[in-house]
Amino acid sequence: MTFIYNTAAEMSIALAAKEVSAVDLANEHFDRIADVDGDVHAFLYLDKEGALAQAKDVDAKRAAGEKLSPLAGVPLALKDVMAQRGIPTTCGSKILEGWRPPYDATVVTRLKEAGVVILGKTNMDEFAMGSSTENSAYGPTHNPWDLSRIPGGSGGGSSASLAAFEAPLAIGTDTGGSIRQPAAVTGTVGVKPTYGAVSRYGLVAFSSSLDQAGPCARTVLDTAMLHEVIAGHDAKDSSSINAPVPAVVAAAKKLDVKGMKIGVIKELGGEGFQKGVSERFNEALEELVKAGAEIVEVSCPNFEYALAAYYLIAPSEASSNLARFDSMRYGLRVGDDGSRGAEEVMSLTRQAGFGKEVKRRIILGTYALSSGYYDAYYGSAQRVRTLIMRDYEAAFAKADVLVSPTAPTTAFKIGEKADDPVAMYLNDIATIPVNMAGIGGMSLPCGLAAEDNLPVGFQIMSPAMKDDLMYQVGGTLEAALNSKWGSTLMSQAPKLGAK
Amino acid sequence: MALTYDDVIAKYEPTLGLEVHVELNTNTKMFCGCSTEFGGEPNTQTCPVCLGLPGSLPVVNEVAIESAIKIGLALNCSIAPFSRFARKNYFYPDMPKDFQISQYDEPICVNGFLDVEIDTDEGVKTFRVEIERVHMEEDTGKSLHVGGSTGRIHGAEYSLLDYNRAGIPLMEIVTKMIPGTEKYAPQVARAYVTELRDILRSLGVSDVKMEQGSLRCDANVSLSPRGSGTLGTRSETKNVNSLRSVERAIHGEMIRQGNRLENGERIIQETRHFLEESGETRPGRSKETAEDYRYFQEPDLVPVAPDASWIEEIRATLPERPSVRRKRLQTEWAVPEKEMTAMINAELLDTVEATVKLGADPTKARTWWLGEISRVANEKEVEAISLMTPAQVAEIILLVASGELTDKLARQVVEGVIAGEGTPREVIEKRGLKVVSDDSALMAAIEAAIASQPDTAQRVRDGNIPAAGALIGAVMKATGGQADAARVRELLLKHLGQ
Repeated sequence: MTFIYNTAAEMSIALAAKEVSAVDLANEHFDRIADVDGDVHAFLYLDKEGALAQAKDVDAKRAAGEKLSPLAGVPLALKDVMAQRGIPTTCGSKILEGWRPPYDATVVTRLKEAGVVILGKTNMDEFAMGSSTENSAYGPTHNPWDLSRIPGGSGGGSSASLAAFEAPLAIGTDTGGSIRQPAAVTGTVGVKPTYGAVSRYGLVAFSSSLDQAGPCARTVLDTAMLHEVIAGHDAKDSSSINAPVPAVVAAAKKLDVKGMKIGVIKELGGEGFQKGVSERFNEALEELVKAGAEIVEVSCPNFEYALAAYYLIAPSEASSNLARFDSMRYGLRVGDDGSRGAEEVMSLTRQAGFGKEVKRRIILGTYALSSGYYDAYYGSAQRVRTLIMRDYEAAFAKADVLVSPTAPTTAFKIGEKADDPVAMYLNDIATIPVNMAGIGGMSLPCGLAAEDNLPVGFQIMSPAMKDDLMYQVGGTLEAALNSKWGSTLMSQAPKLGAK
Repeated sequence: MALTYDDVIAKYEPTLGLEVHVELNTNTKMFCGCSTEFGGEPNTQTCPVCLGLPGSLPVVNEVAIESAIKIGLALNCSIAPFSRFARKNYFYPDMPKDFQISQYDEPICVNGFLDVEIDTDEGVKTFRVEIERVHMEEDTGKSLHVGGSTGRIHGAEYSLLDYNRAGIPLMEIVTKMIPGTEKYAPQVARAYVTELRDILRSLGVSDVKMEQGSLRCDANVSLSPRGSGTLGTRSETKNVNSLRSVERAIHGEMIRQGNRLENGERIIQETRHFLEESGETRPGRSKETAEDYRYFQEPDLVPVAPDASWIEEIRATLPERPSVRRKRLQTEWAVPEKEMTAMINAELLDTVEATVKLGADPTKARTWWLGEISRVANEKEVEAISLMTPAQVAEIILLVASGELTDKLARQVVEGVIAGEGTPREVIEKRGLKVVSDDSALMAAIEAAIASQPDTAQRVRDGNIPAAGALIGAVMKATGGQADAARVRELLLKHLGQ
C-alpha cells in the first residue's frame, strides 16, 4: 500500500487518522524519486535529512495530540528559486552554484510552520526565464507523459514532480506563465494568485512587478489547501496585500457555478492554437454550461501587444535584478587569480555563469532602459500594461471569471524550439496578460489532445483579490470532467520507473 | 604669471551648485531593521536586505520619510503628495545590489530656498540659495583599498568591504544653480552648508558630523567670462570634509579654472577630489561620457504618499530656525558675538536657554555652563549636560541672587552636585554652606579683626579705605568664607566711622 498516488487532501486525512506517518509518507516519496527521477530529472537537490526531521517532528506533535495544520506531514517540492536556509538555491544557474541562503523565504517559513515536509528543490529554467526548463544549467527536466518532451517552464521541475508522483504538492513562481503553462502540459493544476497575495520575500527576483509564487498540485482542492498556507500579508514585502486571504478551500469545494458568467476571451484562441487544444477547451466550456454557467464572449483588443510589452518590462527589471550576481559576496567567481581587478572578475564571472537566454534578456533589458530609449521601449510597455488592465476591467464587467486555453499547444519535443526564442515566447501568449494586470490565473487539465494524446490546460482568470472565484469554477469543472471521464486525467498518465 | 583669486574674479563670474548628502540618524537603516550606529565591527550590522542577498526585499523606514518631510519643510520646499523610489543602476563592489535605491524624477521635496547672510564690503548681505530637490536614497558600503601608494582602487593589492554603512538612509539636498555670488562665492557656499547643518541639527534628523561623513558636500563650480552670458563647464569637487574646506575648495577650484581658461585650456567636466593639505583639487572620474544609470521605478517599493494632515502635523512641530533663534537670544540676553559663537560651538545653547527659562540670569547661566561646568566636563571627558541639569544650575544662580549663597559658596555647591552629593539644597545642608547673614555674628568677627590688626584699623579710620581689604579678608577667613563680603565691608566701614 502506497499513498503516493493519493491527493494531498487524502494524505492529510490519512495522516490525521494515523493510517500513515509523516516519516513513512516522506520515505515513500523519496523511494519514488529514487525510482523515477533519473528519467524525469525534476529535482536539483534532495534534503532527506531536513525532510525527515520535519516529518518526525510532525509525527511527534500529532502523537502528543497537538493541533496541526491540515497539510502537516504532507510532502512538497520547492522550486529552486525560493531561498531556503542552509539548502543550495541555484535558480537553475551556474552563477549561484554553492550558495546556501542564510535565511528562509516567507513562503518557506509558512510551509515549515504548517508542518509541510519539503523534499527538495526542483529544476527550472535559469532564473525562471523560459517555457521548457531546457534553460536550466543543470540539464532539462522530462515530461512524465512523454520523456522526450518538455515539461513546460520555467517551473517544469515542480510540475513534472507532481505528474511523476514524486510529490503531491509543489511551489511554483509565475512571471509570465511559469506555473500555469507547466501545469497545462503535464496535466496538473497550477495557480498564480493575485499579485501581492503571496509574499515575494525570498523569491529570487526575475521581474519584480510580475513575479508571483503560487501553489501547484494534482487537484484544485490541493492547490487551494496549499494556497491558504502560503498566502497572506507579509511586512517584509511592500507589495504584499494587507487584506484577508479569500476562502479558496471553501470555494474549491463549492462545486457550483449556477448563474455564473464565464467570459471567453476572443483573442486567446482560434488561430495559432493547436486543434486538439481548442477541442478540449470547447468541451470543457460545455461542461460548465451543463453545470449552469452562462458563457459570454469578451474582447481584449490590447492583448495583441501583451507579449511585446512583456518582453520589454520583464527583461528591463531582470537586467537590474540580476546585476547583483557579481561574484563579490556569494556564488561563482571566475578569474580571481590576483592579476585582475574587481571589474574584470565581475565580467568574467557573469560571462561564464549566465546562460544564453539570461544574457539575451539582460542585454535586451539594459538596452530598453538606456537613456534615449527608455520612453520608446520601457515607457511604451508600461502604457500597454495599463491598456491591458483596462481590457480586463471591461471584460470583468461582463463576466465573473474569464477563460482561455492555458497554452497554444501541448508539450513539444525537447530541443524543438531551443534555437527559436520567439517561437518559445509564443507559448506564453495566453498566460502573460494575467501577470501584466496582476490578476489571478489557474490552469487545470481538460483532457488529452486527440492528435498527440498529451494534456491540455484550461485557464481560468479571476479579478484581483478574488482568487476564490477561479477556485470555485476550477473545482466545479474538475469534478464535471472527472465524472465525464470516469477517472482523473492523471490516472491515465503512463507508468514510470521500475517499481 | 598665474592669475590670483582677484584676477580671476575680475575676468570671470562664478556659478555655484551644491549637493549635500546627509546621513539620517534613524535607529535603523532605510530599508531594513539593521542598526545604523557608527563605528561597529565591520559587517556586523547587516542582514539579507542590506547585503542585497538574492530574494530579499526592501521595506521603507517610516521615520526616514518623516525626517525627509521635516527637512523639506525647513527648506521651504513643497512636499510631493506622491513620490517614488527609483533604481540607479551601476556596478560597484561596495553596492550590494549593484543598483542604488534612490529617487529620480519624482523626489519627495522640491522647489525650496534658504537665505544665508554673509559679511561683504557693503556690510551684511543676504543671498538666497534656491533648492531644487531633496530626495531619499540609501548609502553604499565602504571600501578599503589595501596596498598600493594612493589608497585608491587602482594599484591596490586587495580591497576590504564593510557593509555596515550600506542602506543607511541618506538625503541628498541639491541646490539650483547659484549665480551672482561674485567674489563671495566661497563664503556663500560655506554659509549655506553651515546654515543647512544648523537646521538639520535643530531638526534632530542627523548627527551632521562632517568629519564622520554624516554630512558630505559636493561642490560644483564653473566660470564664465564676464558679460558673456554663457555658462562655463563645471567641475564637481568631492571629499570636502569641513566647513572651512567648502570655502577653500571653491576658492582653489576657481583659481585653477581661471588659470586654465586664461591659458586657453578647456575645463573638463569631471569629478575632482579636494586635498585638505594644499587646498587644491585633483582630478577623479571624468564625467564627459555621461554614465547611463538606467533609472527606472523601483518595483519592489510602493509610492510614498504622505497624508496632507501628517505633513501639517510635522510642520507644526518644526523648531525655530537656528539663525533666527540665535539672533533672538543674542538680543534678549545681550550676549556679545564671540560668547554667542562659543555657546553654539559648545552645543550649550539649548542648555543655557533651558536654565534661563527657569528664571536664571542669562549671563550667569552662560558663565556657569561655559565656565566651571565645562571645565570639569573637559577634565572628565564627558558632556557638560551629563554633570548637572539646567534646573540645578538655575537653582544655584537664584540662591546667589537672593543672597543666600556667595559666588564662592556657589562654586562649592556646584562641586558637590557634580560629586554626586545630592541636590544643591542637600549639598548646602551637608556642607553647611549658608551665608552668615546675622549682623551680630559678623560684628563679633569684625571687632576681633580690628583687635588683632589695630594699625590697619587706624589707617582706615584715617581715610585709607583700600586698607579695609585686609580686615575684610580676616573676617571672611574667620567665618569660613560664608559671610557676604559686601555686607562685611559695609558694617566694617561704618564701625570705623567711614
